[in-house]
Amino acid sequence: MNTLQLLWLIPALPLAGYLVLLILGKRLSHRQISWIGTGSVGAAAVVTGLVASDFIPQLSHRTSYRQVLWTWINTSGLTAEVAWHLDALSLLMLLVVTGIGFLIHLYSTGYMSGDDGYRRFFAYMNLFVAAMVTLVLADNLLLFYVGWEGVGLCSYLLIGFWYRNPENGAAAQKAFIVTRIGDTALAIGLFVIYSYLGTLSMHEASLRAADTWPVGSTLVTAVAALLLFGALGKSAQLPLHVWLPDAMAGPTPVSALIHAATMVTAGVYLIARMHGIFALAPAVQFAVAVIGVLTLLLAAVNALMQRDIKRVLAYSTISQIGYMFLALGVGAWSAALFHFLTHACFKALLFLAAGSVILSLHHEQDMLRMGGLRRSLPLTFWTFLIGAAALSGVPFITSGFYSKDWILWSVWSSPFSHHWLWIGGLIGTMLTGLYSFRMVFMVFFGEQRIKPGPEAGPAVSIPLVLLALLAMTVGFLELPRTLGDVPLFSHYLTHTLPNQASAPEMDAGEEVRTQVTAGFMAVLGIGLAFVSFFPGTVRSGRSALLSWHYNVAELWLREWGFDQAYDRLFVRPWLSFTSTTGDAIDRVYQGFVEAISMAHEHIVRTQTGLVRWYAATLAVGALVLLGFVIGWQPR
Amino acid sequence: MLTTHALILAMVLFCLGLVGLLMRRNIIYMLLSVEIMLNAASLAFIAAGARWNQADGQIMYLLILTLAAAEVSVALGIVLQISSRFQTLDADALSEMKG
Amino acid sequence: MILWLLIIIPFLAAPLAWWTARRSQLLTVWIALCAFIIDGLLSVIVWLWYRVPSDPTPQQWILDSHTPWIPQWGIDLHLGLDGISFVLIVLTNVLGLVAVVSSWKEIRERQGFYYFNLLLVMSGVIGVFLALDLFLFFLFWEVMLLPMYLIVAVWGHENRRYASFKFFLFTQAGSLVLLVAIATLALLHQDATGTPSFDYHDLLELSISPSSAWWLMLAFFVGFGVKLPVVPLHTWLPDTHTEAPTGGSVILAGLLLKTGAYGLLRFAIPLFPEAAQAFAPVAMALGVIGVLYGAALAFAQTDYKRLVAYSSISHLGFALIGIFAMNKLALQGAVMQLIAHGVSSAALFMLAGVLQDRLHTRDMRRMGGLWASVPRLASITLFFAVASLGLPGLANFIGEFLVLFGSFGAHPWLTASAATGMIAAAIYSLALIQRTFHGPLAVDRQLPDLSGTPLAVLISMMIILVWLGWYPMVLFSATEPTLEFLHHLEPSMPNMPNGDLSALTLQPPPHASAQ
Repeated sequence: MNTLQLLWLIPALPLAGYLVLLILGKRLSHRQISWIGTGSVGAAAVVTGLVASDFIPQLSHRTSYRQVLWTWINTSGLTAEVAWHLDALSLLMLLVVTGIGFLIHLYSTGYMSGDDGYRRFFAYMNLFVAAMVTLVLADNLLLFYVGWEGVGLCSYLLIGFWYRNPENGAAAQKAFIVTRIGDTALAIGLFVIYSYLGTLSMHEASLRAADTWPVGSTLVTAVAALLLFGALGKSAQLPLHVWLPDAMAGPTPVSALIHAATMVTAGVYLIARMHGIFALAPAVQFAVAVIGVLTLLLAAVNALMQRDIKRVLAYSTISQIGYMFLALGVGAWSAALFHFLTHACFKALLFLAAGSVILSLHHEQDMLRMGGLRRSLPLTFWTFLIGAAALSGVPFITSGFYSKDWILWSVWSSPFSHHWLWIGGLIGTMLTGLYSFRMVFMVFFGEQRIKPGPEAGPAVSIPLVLLALLAMTVGFLELPRTLGDVPLFSHYLTHTLPNQASAPEMDAGEEVRTQVTAGFMAVLGIGLAFVSFFPGTVRSGRSALLSWHYNVAELWLREWGFDQAYDRLFVRPWLSFTSTTGDAIDRVYQGFVEAISMAHEHIVRTQTGLVRWYAATLAVGALVLLGFVIGWQPR
Repeated sequence: MLTTHALILAMVLFCLGLVGLLMRRNIIYMLLSVEIMLNAASLAFIAAGARWNQADGQIMYLLILTLAAAEVSVALGIVLQISSRFQTLDADALSEMKG
Repeated sequence: MILWLLIIIPFLAAPLAWWTARRSQLLTVWIALCAFIIDGLLSVIVWLWYRVPSDPTPQQWILDSHTPWIPQWGIDLHLGLDGISFVLIVLTNVLGLVAVVSSWKEIRERQGFYYFNLLLVMSGVIGVFLALDLFLFFLFWEVMLLPMYLIVAVWGHENRRYASFKFFLFTQAGSLVLLVAIATLALLHQDATGTPSFDYHDLLELSISPSSAWWLMLAFFVGFGVKLPVVPLHTWLPDTHTEAPTGGSVILAGLLLKTGAYGLLRFAIPLFPEAAQAFAPVAMALGVIGVLYGAALAFAQTDYKRLVAYSSISHLGFALIGIFAMNKLALQGAVMQLIAHGVSSAALFMLAGVLQDRLHTRDMRRMGGLWASVPRLASITLFFAVASLGLPGLANFIGEFLVLFGSFGAHPWLTASAATGMIAAAIYSLALIQRTFHGPLAVDRQLPDLSGTPLAVLISMMIILVWLGWYPMVLFSATEPTLEFLHHLEPSMPNMPNGDLSALTLQPPPHASAQ
């Protein structure tokens, strides 16, 4: 039997898990909920594995597999099917979503046990996986949009999971509305694509775009810009990044799965998937790179100033996705996705380890109140350390080094690039090392401020260990030509994505030089962190934090003032518009009514209720009419 | 000449009735005044009928006669109701319909 | 004759329900329920029986019933069933059931008279959806108005007198304009052929001078626009919806608004295609204003039902855009939007009734944190709230998106601004959830959760939305022939992109030339 035909099971299994949890409801025991919630995703992961083992060997002679379930819409020239499209790119995403998704579900059985909303949590998580798989496997843009909005909804539900606190509700709404702004741009992009290209198939649209629109024409630029704006919302890039730090209000496994590993990289996936259109709009593609670099720098600085450990990780996620955008912008599609892969592993690891810390400190997230946890939480410490090392890109031994190095080398060598972008990326590397190890030093070293509870059980530790292993090893899938030359990953993706444009005349020596620079910057960052934040070298993190120039620090503490600016520009005008005006049009009618009732006030006085008055007016009226008739007659 | 005199008489009667209607406050008297006005109108019809040698004037008189009878019966019924319910026949005291 | 049966069943059930109320109120409710069930089943049977599915060129009219009534004035008893009528009649009967279920507990006084009015409204609505004689149409149009007025005026909430008067004045003024236009049309037919006629098909073939067509179209637009409601004529809606009893709100939002859209679709555009074409940009702009204005005001409300009422204005703005986009795809979207909005807003009003029954208030400032005590109610409300914000995979999404897809080609800027309504929809829908079910607990007593019949009804409405969201073809195939006919009426297809974007294209879009 052809295992590829099982493809439909991958979204169907988590969906079934969701429905079972929803319908059977209170009849399920805690244990059953864990089994259904985790098992459905685990089964999906197994099916993904089977599909992958069947599909990858076939890649050389067939690059994609399409499974049509039913005709969704076929009317008046608009055709969309509920169909899955499997190729190298979507398979990669699938593996990450189901594999890491499964680990995080497993972790959640430990992390969330004892919560009132245990069943609700797993139901939403399963729904999320189903939606994310739909997004990844979608054959046409409309189905893609279903997944795109579906993950947004689940994100909303899970950020506001602890709904009693109004702040969580506000964060959830902010996340949904800000991403919806991007989604709307994406939707308009779809309208343009359908109106001018007459198709919604992702593959077909790219082909027809190349036939229809010349490079750089206004329409294709508009389409690419709209798609980009959509991606900016979902992936929390520069003008629309404000929702992600607040989204940390959700439970930690949610942050790990949705706001680090999978959903926020959907924008990267979109751009990679529609690369045909972006290639036609060089201006927009360059904008992708510029936005990426700006985001990675700004977010890295923000990460440096946070006290809340999850907010640090959130900004770090924004910053790392900035790297992916930078890579996409210079046409290094495979490098972006490689960084997506490594980032998914080490960022999920970091979040889960942070969750373990938070759990043992009874939901304390302020790093200034942590410290000295190295001894009491050894497993957490070591895994967190591995994650932080991978995030900083410690040379040779971590996956983060290989992916980030590939991106930086691509930026250096790409013909679409600019050296300033490369320099930005390098500074970002240094900042990454700085904030990662600031976290490590503040949390795990120094004196203990809160007495930690015991380290959590196997449900928590197994995913941590597995992810730590992945975070170290997954980088070996692609080694640069200077270090072993293993092009497994890039070779795999060439079945779907074009080879990256690089100037071939760049020689290996130059590549070595950039690698050394990048590695040096990472180590420099870590060193700076040691100097500034290691307990003992300075009194505490706080004093180091304040030793920066005060005004700049103020701006940084306010996270560049984006929230305030948006508040002034959009939120307050909207609130004042809606709260003060009321239904203005109704007032026109009210005025009409008032005019009539005012006239009524006057006319009603004639109705005295006195019969004789009526008789008199009758007589006078008759006389007037008579006079009128007589007076009229001579004419 | 006869017509003129008859019409003058009708007019005088009508005005008397109207003035009575407007001046009197007692409903019974007001009804009487209305009757006078109706009769004035009937007189004018008869005079006009005689003037033009047409039967229409007399027909109209019969019509008005019937109408007056009907009106009086209804009106007296109302008057009885009013007097029993409000204990008064003063028209000015009855201004329930004031707007 | 079978078509008459569809109208007569609720019409006869009405006095029956009234009459039995003295003996047994349970029997009254059952009569009403059975009337809707039988009527709904009958419409489906008629549809399945008379439609020829294998026909390669399906006819628009499935069934036609024509009897002379007042021949000297050209008035006939003419009914016809086509795809659009059919789906709307099915919706009518489904929502009739919903209205009965949601009135069950709420209506305590004069139940017999209430169900009498309810059934009469339904009979009028079905008549409106079937009538092909304009005089007959107007008759049914009035039949559905008066009982509705009574429902609001007798069983409404605190401010019912004001609301019912406003409703009556607005709709009656609209009807008056409509009546004048209909009469003028009949007289124009007399001028042209010597005999007056109110018949739809006769009037379709009548050629009217452009200027009179323009004014008549405008009159039809105003007459139907009050019901839809089009934005400057909408202000009766929030008051009426808020003050009506739950069953009344369900019918108002679910059906009465749809009759306005139906009128535009069936009469205003086909009778005056050129004038409608010329008017389309204005109508679409009004639609866009409706979408945004309704959404902004929905957010501002503190009354649960008012919020939903304003959201209706916003959603029907999309329907208006779709109807005047003069494009088959957008029309399909508009019809889908009508059905989807009918179901989702009816459900939201029903949920408002359930909440009010438990909390004795509609004020959202006095709600909050209810999720833990009424989880089923909360999650079902969440479902319908996200349906109304247009979550993909549900019917409302298909409706909105098809409208936007269809109208984008001809009016890119208008469509893009309508699309921003999706953001505003998210804002008010989430605010609804936040204010009622999230946040700190505002009510400290134990509340009963949903169960029994209301739960079953709401779940079936959820299934309808999901089903239409994932298999909309069942609706599209039914309405296809009618929309095909409407499509052929258009004087010229505006599918060629024009406006600012066209200057940027180097060649026309490939599929536009194919049409």
